[in-house]
Amino acid sequence: MKNIQKLGLSLFFLALLIFNVILCLGTFQLTEERLEEIAKDEHLEVLRKELRPMFGVKYTNSFAFVYNFNNYLDGYNDLQKDEQNWDRVIWDDYTLAAARVSSDGFVANNRLVLLFMTLFMGSFGALIYILPLYRGEPKGIKHNGLMLSSNKRRGIIGITVGIYLILIYILLYWYPAYIVNWVLITDPISRKISGGPASQWFMYGVIYTLAILVMGIRMFRKYWGNRYQMLRTASVMFFQLSFAFLLPEILMLFNQPYHNFINIWPLDYTFFFDYRIDDMLSSGAIGMLMLISGILLIVIGVPLMTYFYGKRWYCSWVCGCGGLAETAGDPYRHLSDKSVKSWKIERWMVHSVLVFAVVMTAFTIVNYFTGYEWLGHSTDMLHEWYGFLIGAAFAGVVGVGFYPFMGNRVWCRYGCPLAAYLGIVQRFKSRFRITTNGGQCISCGNCSTYCEMGIDVRWYAQRGQNIVRASCVGCGVCSSVCPRGVLKLENGNEEGRISDMPIIIGNKSVTIKNQ
Amino acid sequence: MAQINQNQKHIVIIGNGISGITCARHIRKQDSDIRITIISGETEHFYSRTALMYIYMGHMKYHHTKPYEDHFWGKNRLNLVHDWVTEIDIDNKKLNLEQSPPIEYDLLVLALGSKYNTFGWEGKDLKGVQGLYNYQDLEDMEANTRNCQRAVIVGGGLIGIEMAEMLRSRHIPVTFLVREKEFWNNILPEDEARLVGRHIREHHIDLRLETVLDKIIDDGNGKVKAVITQSGEVIPCQFVGLGVGVSPNISLIQDTPIEVDRGILVDEYFATNIEGVYAIGDCVQYRNPPPSRPKVEQVWYTGRMHGETLAYNLTHKPVPYQPGPWFNSAKFLDIEYQTYGVVPCVWKHPLDSFYWEHPEGKICFRALYDGNSRQLKGVNSMGFRLRHEYFDVLLKRGGTIEEVISSLHEASFDQEFAEDHHQHILHAFESQTGIKLYPIKKKRKGLLALFGL
Repeated sequence: MKNIQKLGLSLFFLALLIFNVILCLGTFQLTEERLEEIAKDEHLEVLRKELRPMFGVKYTNSFAFVYNFNNYLDGYNDLQKDEQNWDRVIWDDYTLAAARVSSDGFVANNRLVLLFMTLFMGSFGALIYILPLYRGEPKGIKHNGLMLSSNKRRGIIGITVGIYLILIYILLYWYPAYIVNWVLITDPISRKISGGPASQWFMYGVIYTLAILVMGIRMFRKYWGNRYQMLRTASVMFFQLSFAFLLPEILMLFNQPYHNFINIWPLDYTFFFDYRIDDMLSSGAIGMLMLISGILLIVIGVPLMTYFYGKRWYCSWVCGCGGLAETAGDPYRHLSDKSVKSWKIERWMVHSVLVFAVVMTAFTIVNYFTGYEWLGHSTDMLHEWYGFLIGAAFAGVVGVGFYPFMGNRVWCRYGCPLAAYLGIVQRFKSRFRITTNGGQCISCGNCSTYCEMGIDVRWYAQRGQNIVRASCVGCGVCSSVCPRGVLKLENGNEEGRISDMPIIIGNKSVTIKNQ
Repeated sequence: MAQINQNQKHIVIIGNGISGITCARHIRKQDSDIRITIISGETEHFYSRTALMYIYMGHMKYHHTKPYEDHFWGKNRLNLVHDWVTEIDIDNKKLNLEQSPPIEYDLLVLALGSKYNTFGWEGKDLKGVQGLYNYQDLEDMEANTRNCQRAVIVGGGLIGIEMAEMLRSRHIPVTFLVREKEFWNNILPEDEARLVGRHIREHHIDLRLETVLDKIIDDGNGKVKAVITQSGEVIPCQFVGLGVGVSPNISLIQDTPIEVDRGILVDEYFATNIEGVYAIGDCVQYRNPPPSRPKVEQVWYTGRMHGETLAYNLTHKPVPYQPGPWFNSAKFLDIEYQTYGVVPCVWKHPLDSFYWEHPEGKICFRALYDGNSRQLKGVNSMGFRLRHEYFDVLLKRGGTIEEVISSLHEASFDQEFAEDHHQHILHAFESQTGIKLYPIKKKRKGLLALFGL
């Protein structure tokens, strides 16, 4: 390793260390005025009464603060619940907001500096590690020693990374108040873009986008000279930065609903929820644009684009989940299970999620138009369960946290309802296929090994058969790593797309005729 | 030829490489009743020999190189025996094995593969001197290259360059001795050979052309210390990789009445001189080779075709082995190579050649054709993927060089968005031959054209 790379790694790890240490820093002090800032009018009275013991008390870390805050509030809520005073229970979660508004001291006073010392320095360090990679080496496949890496073959480092990611996601989804300091340090960016303070989702968006950009540059280094890989990487980087990250914030700046135009239902499972529909309908022309473009994408865009190009147009060129998988997740792509058994599980799971999403949405829409007369608020429970199981636990915790255990496409493969929808179109009505080059396959297994979707590509290639699979996201890596030029992603005539040749090209002795 | 559709026949295949396994699979496809046993001492399950290098380089693990999951064999009632055969008892139709009880057969298929050549060099048996053909060789190489300061590779062919690449993946300095004027120059025309040679040097491999090994020196403990070339140069090294070809692995046959020459002699139906005994793959030698093919062909693809053909013959009416147009491929470090049809390293009138090379010197295309009839004889390509089906069809019907050059869009198999060489090749052809060509493109209409399809 070159010295500059060592420096880069050191900076990265130093930034990571500071980033984690920050969680234990800062002081938190709730006052009456601060509570007034965040509490809704109807709750203010109760909150003031219940939280009075905390006023003026200085906590030296967020953990103690959150612990106490929850204690006081839970005491009140439990009491109301016991007495069946359901309308008196405070269902809103004030923890993060309270921690935010109460924080002062080191972290709150040094947001910008800490932002630089963590996220920016980490990205910078990663970049100066990444940029000199493979310098002086000819263009080609860069997989030397990969199976010996502790990080990439479920070794100690890999397991550690996985556990760390899982913990972060658990905090992010269910205990955001504990990571209030991470939210605070992204405030300066949020204020620059949308003018408002950062939420935990904004903080997540910043890190997510940085991960895609930095690791996208790693993809450029790794696949330098391979135009397909470089173009699609550039594409996911662009869509993440502009459509997924900046545009929704800019919309907020102009008091429009938060909307990510490239997040398509049913991946964006809240699209038809009443509050989203109401938001869009009450936001004039831009709201209508959101609603109509969203529906058009679902009804026409997805089938049409998938017919012409396969599901790759979305999954490995546009999608944010795909974007992270293809960049930050690339080092783990070979960890996907290739067995027939896992394929079977995959089909059951991913299509079940699709059915779940469709049924939930159907109920929601019916409910919306019947004015809640028919089902009442029972759809809320469906929403809650879907959000918890699929939206948070599956897509987030498992989807990313399991990269180092089961490969980078766990969510896309087993859970994403949109991928299931795209997959059905791709399998049955599309011009896309991976063509096998006659009899050139040597069954080496590079294609299957590096298929992130767990497709046993070699099974088809060695039979001289085209690969037409619902799950293929068209990342093109099988084709790139093939040492004999056997695989080509193509859009072409539907005729002859699904082939089943008994004997591979090259042997004239036995033909289909005399089979 | 014996037919196997009678009940209760037992077909035994020795060897679980591509030939033996392909044969077994295709027999099972045609006949669900026959008993099939596959014996191999090398590995329990079929793996791809061509992927051995990737295990060493850390691109894959051994289990990745297995083309079928382990439950495949039981499900298809292909009985696997993991043992070495020690003796073939032709009279009693029986095989003796090292550990397991003897196995009786009704039909025997020998798919014994190759073994690497060592010739008669002094010091060839020292520790640290080896070739690379089977799984045991890979394990040896793993052990032999630990703490290796420098390695010497002997022989400028496919195995030689593979071993060089493997060693370089672990940053071991490599000196590569090649007898010919250029790398693989007995197969590749000079331009292509030179292109690969440049790439070998680009990978910091010390390529020594026209250099011949004289002997290998002992360090006093039975390990290799250095090699001496015929010009007297001493090259210190701890590992010597032998990439000087392979020969049919026929030691098992030696004391049997099965006729052998360099390999096991077979007719067009892969039958040996003994009734009920067949041989396929690397270990065979054709009594009457197919037109323009050598007597011994040790290629993955031919092994597979042998297996397909023999399986068909044993389950249907016999057909003679008839390979289609020749094709092959390889990868030299980062440069892929494909060939279709026949392109020898030298040619004479009336054959003519067209050659184009990319200015960066890592991509090229050659077409060999008959100067009178303009018929295409074969193509070579480096760093540029070509479509097998296109050339298979074209060569069979005798298409012309002009046809190929003007429809390269169809012939190309490069990844989407890859650099388009067709215009350059077209211009090069025009300036070399003076013939003006226009690229043939299919006209697209309607909605598809809108999407650029």
